[in-house]
Amino acid sequence: MTESFYPRALLPSRRGFFGLAAGGLALSAAMKPARAQTVRSKARIVIVGAGAGGTGMANRLAERLDGAEITIVDGRKDHWYQPGFTLIAAGLKPAGYSVSGTGDWLPRSINWVEEYAANIDPEAQTVTTTGGTKLDYDYLIVAAGLTLNWGGVEGFDLAQVGKDGIGAVYAGPDYAEATWRAMDAFTDTGGTALFSRPATEMKCAGAPLKYAFLTDDYLRRKGTRDKSQMIYAANNKALFGVPIVNEKLKLLFRDRGVDVRWDHVLKGIDASAKTATFVTPAVQSIKDGAIVDTAAVEHTIAYDFINVIPPMVAPKVVQESGLSWADKWVGQGWIEVDQSTLRHLRYPNVFGIGDINGVPKGKTAASVKWHIPVIEDHLIASIQGKEGTETFNGYTSCPMITRIGRAMLIEFDYQDNLVPSFPGVIAPLEELWISWLMKETALKPTYNAMLRGKA
Amino acid sequence: MKQLTLETLIAVWEEMFGRSLFWVMLVAAVVITAAYVFVLLRDRQMSMRKFFLAQLSMPFGAIAAVLFVQGITSSGFRDIGGPIDVLVLLAVAAAGAVGLAILVYTAQSLLRKPT
Repeated sequence: MTESFYPRALLPSRRGFFGLAAGGLALSAAMKPARAQTVRSKARIVIVGAGAGGTGMANRLAERLDGAEITIVDGRKDHWYQPGFTLIAAGLKPAGYSVSGTGDWLPRSINWVEEYAANIDPEAQTVTTTGGTKLDYDYLIVAAGLTLNWGGVEGFDLAQVGKDGIGAVYAGPDYAEATWRAMDAFTDTGGTALFSRPATEMKCAGAPLKYAFLTDDYLRRKGTRDKSQMIYAANNKALFGVPIVNEKLKLLFRDRGVDVRWDHVLKGIDASAKTATFVTPAVQSIKDGAIVDTAAVEHTIAYDFINVIPPMVAPKVVQESGLSWADKWVGQGWIEVDQSTLRHLRYPNVFGIGDINGVPKGKTAASVKWHIPVIEDHLIASIQGKEGTETFNGYTSCPMITRIGRAMLIEFDYQDNLVPSFPGVIAPLEELWISWLMKETALKPTYNAMLRGKA
Repeated sequence: MKQLTLETLIAVWEEMFGRSLFWVMLVAAVVITAAYVFVLLRDRQMSMRKFFLAQLSMPFGAIAAVLFVQGITSSGFRDIGGPIDVLVLLAVAAAGAVGLAILVYTAQSLLRKPT
């Protein structure tokens, strides 16, 4: 989950935002929704993962189901508000801004097994934990998130973060803070800043770009931009998957003087030499009617500051479960769910929420917020012997920070449509202060409300 | 689920200003508004003299409100990027101006004898 999160994501609803703007307590009280009906059930539901998706789901189900046995499996004691990592790495928030306790958010009525899942068997309908606890389920919700494969970047070690110009914003709150120390020191003197993104699916595909914009901003504020070079190594021929956003970002990078290198996939770094090695993958093309093979090429780029982002894959326990796609995202392990219902295509009593889903877009907390009601609807309908009706359209969002104080509020769906929450009011492709205000102030509390199952 | 609740709104506000500051501000706003209504009912008229001073205070309220919002969001005037930003800025300024005017009027009415 991540950095990206917004209005639909963020704010309870458009109506909600205007309520907020109006500041009307009485108004909001009058708008309290009718509570969905409670359903009696003895169903055994296991949720693997207590991140944003698992926790929000647990709270919704605890509220909707009476008598069900809900178990959540996660050995992690800390809950990380990942959309905050960029702000921490920009020196605007301390590391503690993103840290709370997993247990702080979980409903008392459910069972939290404080161990990691070691095995998922969808045939036998069991989940076994690292401590050997075996949990039988009627319904399984996979909310396992993803694994940052640091080993996929040769020569890199997390212990290097914060030193010698090495940053790793994604690695966690403390690493984000260490990244800020490295970026702060770098921008004091200037030099070459190097940014990239992995060739795998990734959470918040906007985050690498935001961090490039923020570093550029600091260089300008400190008067060292003239002495510096900004390089962004894109893994393919685009900066962003949504074409219209991609074009806008190309214009902004041109405006900021960012040197973009296309088809560059990070292979490794040499911390002592301060160089990074990229690979341009081998390609086959047709020229004058003949097939031409172009071999992979390696490039070495020297840096003074680098933000390392590793390949991202499904956690091992999920990859070994037989739930992954066999013919898509091979080697990455995302699970085979219907992109509208988020229900597993081969095991109908299994649902996927958040980053783990093998769907075209949206490894973001914004998407999680819209996954939750869909899964809630289909799962509870199934318990009642009915079919659910809610669908997910791929909504995700990305408050694309373009400097401290400005952002673009980009929201889109599976079809690359822009789906602004405030059409005609907040332009999605304009760098605006109001979008920054939302990112800075309203995002985290709304995320928290989502965790509690209230937004 | 997709609806707004009072709880969510309060959570949003608490996060924006910090829990204690939010509640202090809320209580202050309620107390000042109640006092304003009280002095209007007590005096049964608007005093133009007090109103004049209240008006003079308005620019200070406007500026303070804008600087406050910029301060808590690490931003400034250079970040105004489009018409909606100008409207937000004006709305913040207007809220600060009206708020301080009410405070000044009420304070005068409570501290001085009715004229």
